[in-house]
Amino acid sequence: MKKYLRKSKEEIKLILGDPLLFIGILLIMASLILFILYPLFKVFLVSISRNGGYSLSAYKEAMKNWYFRKAFENSMLMATLTSILGVIVGYIFAFTITRTDIPLKKFFNIIAIIPIISPPFIGALAILMLFGNNGLITSSLLHINNFPIYGLRGLLFAQVITFFPVAYIMLKGVIESINPTLEDAALDLGAKRFQVFRRVTFPLTIPGIASAILILFVETLADFGNPLILAGSRFPILSVQAYLQITGMYDLKGGATLAMILLVPSISIFLLQKYWVSKKQYITITGKPTTSVIKLVSPPIKWILFSICLFFSGLIILLYVTILWGAFAKTWGVDNTFTLDHFRYIFEVGFKAVTDTLIIAGTSTPISGILGMIIAFLVVRKRFPGRGFMEFTSMLSFGVPGTVIGIGYILAFNSYPFYLTGTLLILLLNFIYRYIPVGIQSGVAILRQIDPSIEEAAIDLGADSQTTFRKVTLPLIVPAFFSGLVYSFVRAMTAISAAIFLVSAGWNLMTVQIMSQVEAGRLGAAAAFSVVLVLLILLAIFIIRTFLNKKYGKLGGQVLKF
Amino acid sequence: MSIKLVNIVKKFKNPDNPTEEVVAVKNVNLEVEEGEMVTFLGPSGCGKTTTLRIISGFEQPTSGEVWIDNKNVGNLPPNKRDTSMVFQNYALFPHLSVFRNVSFALELKGMDQNTIKEKVYSILELVGLSQFVNRRPDQLSGGQQQRVALARAIINEPKVLLFDEPLSNLDAKLREQMRGEIRRIQKTLNITSIYVTHDQIEAMSLSDRIMVMNKGEVMQIGTPLEIYTKPQNRFVADFIGRVNFIEGIVEDITHLYIRVNYNGVVKDIPSFSGDFAQGEKVVTVVRPESIKLSAKEEKIPFLHGKITNMVYLGATLEYEIDTPIGNILAIVSNPLEKGMFKIGEEVGIDFPEKTAHIIP
Repeated sequence: MKKYLRKSKEEIKLILGDPLLFIGILLIMASLILFILYPLFKVFLVSISRNGGYSLSAYKEAMKNWYFRKAFENSMLMATLTSILGVIVGYIFAFTITRTDIPLKKFFNIIAIIPIISPPFIGALAILMLFGNNGLITSSLLHINNFPIYGLRGLLFAQVITFFPVAYIMLKGVIESINPTLEDAALDLGAKRFQVFRRVTFPLTIPGIASAILILFVETLADFGNPLILAGSRFPILSVQAYLQITGMYDLKGGATLAMILLVPSISIFLLQKYWVSKKQYITITGKPTTSVIKLVSPPIKWILFSICLFFSGLIILLYVTILWGAFAKTWGVDNTFTLDHFRYIFEVGFKAVTDTLIIAGTSTPISGILGMIIAFLVVRKRFPGRGFMEFTSMLSFGVPGTVIGIGYILAFNSYPFYLTGTLLILLLNFIYRYIPVGIQSGVAILRQIDPSIEEAAIDLGADSQTTFRKVTLPLIVPAFFSGLVYSFVRAMTAISAAIFLVSAGWNLMTVQIMSQVEAGRLGAAAAFSVVLVLLILLAIFIIRTFLNKKYGKLGGQVLKF
Repeated sequence: MSIKLVNIVKKFKNPDNPTEEVVAVKNVNLEVEEGEMVTFLGPSGCGKTTTLRIISGFEQPTSGEVWIDNKNVGNLPPNKRDTSMVFQNYALFPHLSVFRNVSFALELKGMDQNTIKEKVYSILELVGLSQFVNRRPDQLSGGQQQRVALARAIINEPKVLLFDEPLSNLDAKLREQMRGEIRRIQKTLNITSIYVTHDQIEAMSLSDRIMVMNKGEVMQIGTPLEIYTKPQNRFVADFIGRVNFIEGIVEDITHLYIRVNYNGVVKDIPSFSGDFAQGEKVVTVVRPESIKLSAKEEKIPFLHGKITNMVYLGATLEYEIDTPIGNILAIVSNPLEKGMFKIGEEVGIDFPEKTAHIIP
C-alpha cells in the first residue's frame, strides 16, 4: 500500500509537470463518470428507491411476476442458443474461407459482412415479410394462415443471421493467425487430415471460440430490434419488456429494475470475456510469414462446407431481396405490384428522420473517434493514477445493453442540472460515449504496434507531449482512426436500443421510424426505409474508402477491411 | 565536466511479484570529460540501458543526481535536456522523409527554412546520405537508417550524444564499418558521448573509457587497455576477452612483484596494486594468447598437459589442454610459423610473468 502510494505520488509529480495533460486527463475522467457511470448508477438508484428510502422490494416483485421471470428465462435461453449456433455457422464460414480452396471465397466474405453493416433488425423484418401472416412463403406460396413465426423459432433464425457474422470475423482472425506450418508438421508426423484438425487446428481455436460465444451471448442479450419485431407477446424478452414497462406503462421503477436484471449477466459475461478468456489466445505466428498449400480437408468435406456456406449465403440474399422487393411492392403479401409510393412517402413525410440520422451519426462519430484515440493514447503511453479506471470505464459501454443505457440517460438527464430530454445533445452524448470503445480498440491496437521509442525520439529532440502527439503519433494512427470511424458510423446509423428512449418530436432516427412502421403494419415503408439506410451506409463507406485510398495509397485501403 | 553521475540508484517493481523490488542500478558514480566517449558494457539486464535512459531523462532515478554541463538536470524532462539519443531500432518517424526526420528538431525550434536546408544538407553530407534526402525510412537499408538516426541526433548540436546499442541490428561487416564512422563523426564534432553495448569488441574499438557493469553494479571503469590487461575482478576478466584463471598462494610481497606459489612452482608476478597478504589464496589472470607451449622435452615448464582439442581458425590456432590444475586454453597466432601440435600430444605450458595479473 505504501509503495503504491509512493508510486502514485511519483506519477502525479510527473503529470503535474505537464499541466495540459493533467487537465485533459481530469476532463476525460469527469466526462466518463458523468456520461457512462452516472446513468448506470441512476438506473440502480431508481430500482432500489422506495418512498424516499431504499429497498429491494422491486426486485422481489419482479421475481414473483411470472411474466418477468419468463422474460428472463427466455432472454438467457435465446442468448445461449444464438451464441452456440452463431459460433458454429461463423466457424464454418471462417474455416472454409481461410483453410480450403473453394471458389466464391470473396463472395462469401462479402455476404457474411453485409449483416454487420445493416441495421440489426433487418433479418427480423425480412423474416416477418417471408413467414408472417401475409408472408410470401407461408401465405402466398404454401397458403398457411397464421403461421406461428413469432416466438423462439423466428427470433432464433433472425438472431443467428444477425450475429453469426460477428463470430465469423472474430474466428477468421483466429484461424488466419494459426501458422499453417503447424498443420504441415502434424501431417508430416503422420496424422490424417481429420486428426490434424481435431488435434492441432481445433484446439488452437478453442480460446477464440470461447471468446466468440461470450461476445455473441452479450450481444444477443442486448439485442432489442429483433425481439421487438419477432418475439411476440407470448415469448417475452427482457430488453423489450424493460422498454415496454417504461414507454407503455410509464413505470420507470419497474423498467429500471428489469434493466438491472439485464445488466448483471451482460456485464459479468463481458468482463469474463475481456479480462480472462481473451487473454488465453495462442500465438503461433513467429518469425517470417509462411505460405502453405491448403490441404487440410478432403474433397468431399470441402464441398459439404461449400454447400453450407452457399446455403447461408442464399438465406441472407433471400432476406435482402425480400426487403428490396418489399420496398417496391404496393401492399406486401396482398398486392405485390411495383410502386415507388414508399420511397415517395420517405422523401415527403419521413425525410426529417433521414437528415436527423445523418446529422447525429455524422457529428457524433468523429467526436467519438477522436476522444477514443486520445483515451487510447493516454492508456497505452502515459502513466497516471486512475489509468486502469479510465480504460475500464471507457470500454464498459461494449458490455452494457443499449436498453439499460437508454433508460439510464432518461433517468439521469431529465432534471436540473442536466435537463437534456428531447434535445439533440442527449442523442449526441449517448452516441459519442456508446461508441468510444470502437475508437479505443483500433487506437490501442495500432499504438501497440508503434514502437514507443519513435515517440521518445521526438521528445528527445525537444518536442513536448502535445507536439509529439500532433506531429508524430497522430499521423501514424490516422488510418486506424478512419477505420474505427467507419465502424462506429455504421453502428451509429443502425443504433436502436438506446436511441429509442431518447428520440423526440424534434429529433428522430431512421431506425426508430422503421420500428414504428413495422408496429403500424406498414412493412413496405419499413422496407423502403431500410433500403435507404443501407444505401447511405454503403455510400459513406465508399466515400471514406476512396478518400483513404487516395491519401494513403495501399495502406488506407488495407485498413478498411469492409 | 560534461556528465557527472552521483550515486545513481534505480529500483523497479518486479512485474511478476509487485511487492518485490528489483534493483536495476546500484550506486553508479561516473564523471565524463568533454569530448570523451565512454562505453557502458555488460550482459543484458546489467543496468546499462537503464543508466543511459536516466541520463536522457526517460527514467527517473530512485535516488542520486545527474549533472550535465555542470547543471543538475534532475528536474528536467527529456525534451529540455541537451542530450540526443540514437535508438537501438533507430526510431525513425516512418511517415516523414529523410529530410524531415533530420530537420525535426530544427523545425521545433522554429528555425527559418533556408538555415534548416543548409544544416540538413551539410549533416547528410557528413553521414554520406546526400542522395537519399527524399526517401522514406522504409526505403532505406539498415545501415542507411542508422545514418539517418545519427544525423537526426547530431543536427541539434547536443551537449551529449547517447547511443543505445545502435549497431545491434546490423550484420557483422556493416557493424564494423559503422563503428569506425561513428567514432570518426564523434571525434570530428567533439561531442561527449555515452555508448551502450554488450559487444566487447565494439566497446574496445570505440571508447576512450569503458564502464563494465554487472547486475546493476559498476565492476570497473578504465581505458580499454586497463580493462583488458588489469581487470579488477573475475567478472571483468571473464567478460572481456578469453581467459585462464590459475590459482596460487602468495608467498612474498615486494614493491615490485608478488611471489606466488602455484602448487610448488614459484613465479614473481609484477603488481602495482591490490592489498594481498602472505598466505592468501589469489587468482592469476592469464590471457590465452600469453600461454607458451613447448614440446615436452625442451625445458622444465611451469605445467605439463595433454592436448585434448584444437580448433584451426586461420589466423590463429586454439588448443584446449588438460592439466593437473584444470583446463587451459592457449591461442597461437601464425600457427604455420610456430608449428602445430597434435591432439593427445604432451606439451609444456608456461607464461611470461609480465603478461599476468593478480586478482583476489
